[in-house]
Amino acid sequence: MTELLQQLVNGLSLGAVYALIALGYTMIYGVLRFINFAHADVFMVGGFIGLYLAPHVPGGGTVLGGMLVLFGAMIGCALLGMGIERLAYRPLRGAPTLNVLITAIGVSLFLQAGGQLVFGAAPRSFPAVFPTGAITLGPLEFSTNQLLVIGVAGALVVALQLLVYRTRMGSALRAVSQNPKAARLMGINNDVVIRWTFALGSALAGAGGVLYAVNYPSVDPLMGVMPGLKAFVAAIVGGIGSIPGAALGGLLLGLIETVVAGSPYSTYKDAIAFALLIVFLLFRPAGILGRARVEKV
Amino acid sequence: MILRVPLVLSALLAFTSAGLRAADTIKVGEIASMTGKEAVFGQSSHKGTLLAVEQINAKGGVLGRQIELVTEDNQSKAGESATVARKLLSRDKVVALLGEVASSRSLEMAPIAQRARIPMISPASTNPKVTEVGDYVFRVCFIDPFQGTVMAKFAKENLKIKRVAVLTSVSSAYSVGLAKYFRERFVADGGEIAIEQRYAEGDKDFKAQLTAIRAAGVEGVFVPGYYTEAALITRQARELGLEVPLFGGDGWEAPQLLEIGGPAVNGTYYSTHYSPESDSPQVKDFVAAFRARWNGETPDAMAALGYDSALVLADALRRAGGTEPAKLRDAIAATKDFSGVTGVTTLGAQRNATKAASIITVKDGKFQFVQSVAP
Repeated sequence: MTELLQQLVNGLSLGAVYALIALGYTMIYGVLRFINFAHADVFMVGGFIGLYLAPHVPGGGTVLGGMLVLFGAMIGCALLGMGIERLAYRPLRGAPTLNVLITAIGVSLFLQAGGQLVFGAAPRSFPAVFPTGAITLGPLEFSTNQLLVIGVAGALVVALQLLVYRTRMGSALRAVSQNPKAARLMGINNDVVIRWTFALGSALAGAGGVLYAVNYPSVDPLMGVMPGLKAFVAAIVGGIGSIPGAALGGLLLGLIETVVAGSPYSTYKDAIAFALLIVFLLFRPAGILGRARVEKV
Repeated sequence: MILRVPLVLSALLAFTSAGLRAADTIKVGEIASMTGKEAVFGQSSHKGTLLAVEQINAKGGVLGRQIELVTEDNQSKAGESATVARKLLSRDKVVALLGEVASSRSLEMAPIAQRARIPMISPASTNPKVTEVGDYVFRVCFIDPFQGTVMAKFAKENLKIKRVAVLTSVSSAYSVGLAKYFRERFVADGGEIAIEQRYAEGDKDFKAQLTAIRAAGVEGVFVPGYYTEAALITRQARELGLEVPLFGGDGWEAPQLLEIGGPAVNGTYYSTHYSPESDSPQVKDFVAAFRARWNGETPDAMAALGYDSALVLADALRRAGGTEPAKLRDAIAATKDFSGVTGVTTLGAQRNATKAASIITVKDGKFQFVQSVAP
């Protein structure tokens, strides 16, 4: 029982990071109908911005200093996301989705190779940007980092939900997602909305990068690949295009992975995550919270 | 047509001058993980190898010719070692290959060297399968059955551990092999493996496996893996309140273990090939030369093995009297009582070296020599 509870905490803190990345996949899919494979590498850049920012923020190692690092990485990644959209995807607006998808893979490889060139390929140790400690609750042990990851991810998901359903920009975003042509007829500037979506999604990935690095203190230019794939699975399982779905999918995947990794079948941890993707694509392609939609031809 | 003549001529000239230069030097290929996840290993072994080559060349080279080291980086990636091995053999026409540190990557190079009948010497791959590939593949280090046995004995006799957990990386031949030999010896000595858990290279979250290990109530955890994962595992074990000793093999040896692991790695143990604190005059000379060449850096085991691998090759070249592959192979195979910085190398019938292991611990954020275990 204790072990199960402990695994629950472990799984939630891993799932929270998957959820943050999955949100970006799902939001960008919502407006542009393609999977932005470069998203996982924006997550990596977030980790590195945190690494380079950490020695320069005032109050390093305190909650305030940690938050500054987190916000710095979010802003940096938002700018990067907007830049990628402007340079790589906007010229392809109106082109077949496949072209955009291949471009996304290209951008992803560019960021990975560029990261190895700029940051060096060896893993780097990530400093303790937040105060760390252990909390003992009976037989349970968590690190403050685990709780921090769950807390910050939860707060960001709530903030995002409010932004999408309570603001004008949010309404515009939903309008573009439902029908881009009609949205334009209603006087919405689709380009602005899409730019904002990339900024928001990338900021979440940046936050995810820092939180991941706080929890597992080593960063390298390929650190985004595996979490990125898992988050992609999470977005599909939760229902691509659905914000609560992405959050739910992330947590679910984190939990499943943790439970398998803690069992005698730990070898199959990644295999099960991807088997889940196949099962969902076969039997419920719209995901848990997504609505099945007939593709209009 | 008129335009083409000088082109052809210059190409011909370039070709012959390259051919002439190749005849002047003895080309030796080196494959190392200069970048990527195990960059520390590749850079260390490369620095050791290069130092040895430079020292040999400074003394006039071998057979009156200078050795030219052609180094290729495999980026610590699977598949890349095979590609660069082919390139070194077909384009650079090297007379021998030195490398790799990681067993998985040596296993990629070995069949290519064997098929081309070009001798290959791995400095530090400890998995037995590496030299089983064929009679052209050698190594200058001990093998995992020995290393696994040493750690099992050490855990049992010195750490007084009876119930142990094993956390293996399934995607590394080195880790799987080391775990196997540790398990065999530990169980044969009356110990108990309470739980076995697995992970894959590049994983960062080990809390699930460690939570299961904690629940199994063990007295120690054997982690036969590489330093990045070992550091994260130790850290996460301590965060979960798992305070038992963790120990591993030579894959742990890198400054990154201390850097990423922080205070959590204090009190961990690992076995390795040599200690820079040794009293042997040969080791002292090597450490001094290495520090002078590489900005005061202290050579680790990979550097020492890289150094020895180049020396063993040079010695064999001298005895072979030329670079003819079959003769060179026989000369390497006949290496006997060769005194290097990692001990005395005698290559046995299986083309492996038999050497003593050193056990190192981390104390107050520094590596410290504990004891030497003879084979």
